[in-house]
Amino acid sequence: MSEMTMIQALNSALDTIMSENDDVLIFGQDVGYFGGVFRVTENLQNKHGKQRCFDTPISENGIVSTAIGMAAEGLRPVAEIQFADYIYPAYDQLVSEASRLRYRSNGDFSAPITVRSPYGGGIHGGQTHSQSPEAIFAHVTGLKTVIPSTPYDAKGLLIASIECNDPVIFLEPKRLYNGPFDGHHDRPVTSWKGHRGADVPEGYYTVPLGSARIVREGTEATVLAYGTMVHVALAGIEESGVDAELIDLRSIVPLDIETIIASVQKTGRCIIVHEASRFGGFGGELSALITERCFYHLEVPTQRVAGWDTPYPHAFEWDYFPGPHRVKNALLKAMKGEQP
Amino acid sequence: MQKRKNTGLYVPEPLARPGDGVDFSHIEIPDAGIVAKPPVDVPGADIRDLPYALIRTLNDNGDAVGDWCPEASAKDLLVALRAMLTTRVFDDRMFVKQRQGKTSFFLKSTGEETLSVVPSLALRTDDMCFPTYRLVGWLMARNYPLIDLVNQIFSNERDPLQGKQLPVLYSAREYGFYSLSGNVGSRFGHAVGWAMAKSYRGADDIAIGYIGEGTTAEGDFHAAMTFASVYKAPVILCVTNNQWAISSFSGIAGGNETTFAAKALAYGIPGLRVDGNDPLAVWAATEWAAARARAGYGATLIEYFTYRVEGHSTSDDPTSYRPKEEALQWPLGDPIQRLKEHLIQIGQWDDDRHEKLIADVMHTVKAAIREGEAVGTLGASKPNVSEMFNGVFEEPDWRSREQRDDVGA
Repeated sequence: MSEMTMIQALNSALDTIMSENDDVLIFGQDVGYFGGVFRVTENLQNKHGKQRCFDTPISENGIVSTAIGMAAEGLRPVAEIQFADYIYPAYDQLVSEASRLRYRSNGDFSAPITVRSPYGGGIHGGQTHSQSPEAIFAHVTGLKTVIPSTPYDAKGLLIASIECNDPVIFLEPKRLYNGPFDGHHDRPVTSWKGHRGADVPEGYYTVPLGSARIVREGTEATVLAYGTMVHVALAGIEESGVDAELIDLRSIVPLDIETIIASVQKTGRCIIVHEASRFGGFGGELSALITERCFYHLEVPTQRVAGWDTPYPHAFEWDYFPGPHRVKNALLKAMKGEQP
Repeated sequence: MQKRKNTGLYVPEPLARPGDGVDFSHIEIPDAGIVAKPPVDVPGADIRDLPYALIRTLNDNGDAVGDWCPEASAKDLLVALRAMLTTRVFDDRMFVKQRQGKTSFFLKSTGEETLSVVPSLALRTDDMCFPTYRLVGWLMARNYPLIDLVNQIFSNERDPLQGKQLPVLYSAREYGFYSLSGNVGSRFGHAVGWAMAKSYRGADDIAIGYIGEGTTAEGDFHAAMTFASVYKAPVILCVTNNQWAISSFSGIAGGNETTFAAKALAYGIPGLRVDGNDPLAVWAATEWAAARARAGYGATLIEYFTYRVEGHSTSDDPTSYRPKEEALQWPLGDPIQRLKEHLIQIGQWDDDRHEKLIADVMHTVKAAIREGEAVGTLGASKPNVSEMFNGVFEEPDWRSREQRDDVGA
């Protein structure tokens, strides 16, 4: 074991799997000599050679379409899209090709690609470096969507994603790269040092896709979150005084429905927290599932705590960002039985 | 045919990395004045050599030579000089402000000031520019208020974009400057569409669109070129080839195999390759392409061959991926210095007046920044929170109204 930041853990995952499997190639903008704008691919070109870790033209569409071709041939490409905000030119390839290649060819071809991309806000990146687009991938049948919240999970989930025979969108919460962030932006920045989730094995291990993690056990309410919001939700729960159970979904496709249902049936209250805009967000799907499967266990309506329905606004970052006070207020409302 | 030895996947590399000596041996610099200027109604098929030439006007003595001399007067050139200097000084001062934590992000256009300033002056006020984020000189040349730039960069309560957009991603319709985005290349087709709208109306206004050499890899570039060709859109499409896309050299964009101007050939559009650090050549090329577009002969692709002197932005350190001395040794020199030398050579300028101009520009820029700081820097001042919900739709729907209540705005 050693203590790693999320960047180091992701780098270690890539290094580990590249050492295990010659078919793993890494490419994207600035990932080669430079080591990536967030340093996730640092030293990989040096260690594994420029044919296995290299820069690409600025063409998200080209990056993903060539990755699909390589994967169809049998390689295990890991493509980086520099910011999730820039992934949309590749959306057609992900929706119309990667997600359906196995199905439409009846198993003749498949596209086991992993597309890594930093997502989310809290870094004053404005509307083109802050978005959380997970819902538009979750909606596409045939794509898996994975979002870690700790260095340990980041490494294990990334290796599992690369080994997965289906295409995986791997969204990295960039605000968590260098430390956990509980949403209190006015307090000193914390590092991963001393955090339990920062103990990371040096070698190979996986965290299976589709297995949620109970971060905090509780009896009065269930809080569902992923990525940065796991830490924000935990702070909100602690500040509320409510004995809530916090579940880190870790992957939204596949979704660990059993863990969610068991918890909500136990607590009778559910709060869903995500940073993406609320309307049409993944919280809507979770809320529908809970209504369908836990209706007679629910004490109060399920609430969504999410980004407002606006583009990500530079000057209003902390007005937009669903911080711990909003999680706390939602929990208190749920305990009083108030309508959302 | 001899088969290329299979050494595995080919991945291009620049000639020099940090620690290596600067190597510009692959760059051929032909003499100024040797490229003939065709008439503006020349059929595209007759000028298929131009994408492989390099149009240059200023020679080493600072004389303007050859066919590609613009109609610009000495007075016009002095306006350009001031705007280029303002851009450089503004960039330097605001970069420092970002480093001081007064805003989140900034980037400079150092070494590329000609590419924004000169077309801004050479084109008409009703023409529309679809800029990249290294084009602020367009606004400098049209006397856009510096204080509005500063307020935008600080996202303060007087920010003309009301805190909605990342610093430097300006919008200024009244100044012929289209809304910027951090996504690269996504407005190249808008320039073509705008130009098609002008043709539809029978107006002779035109559009000018910019894209970086790295972004020519995006589908947006190729779609825009196809539409521009098919509809003979009155548009000037510019590739600013500054050699670097963050850490990737132009070979990663295909620059080792051909010129960016030559991309025009496949679409049947004239392609000009121009010394981007030569303000007179840039002026003449803009005039030529604009006259051709206004006369109904359609689009021109211009590659401006230049060099990104600074890092991509405040977020990267260029010395970690290229030799530190590259910028100083760029063989096409510095555009401000070259324009200054030309103006001296024609008897319109001298060192004293130049120093006075720099001092005056510095004073003006500092005053604007002080004024913006007095309004407030990022976080110390911001527009009213209710602004967050304005402009999602023309009229807010129930979501915006409810959520505005939720934040108490």
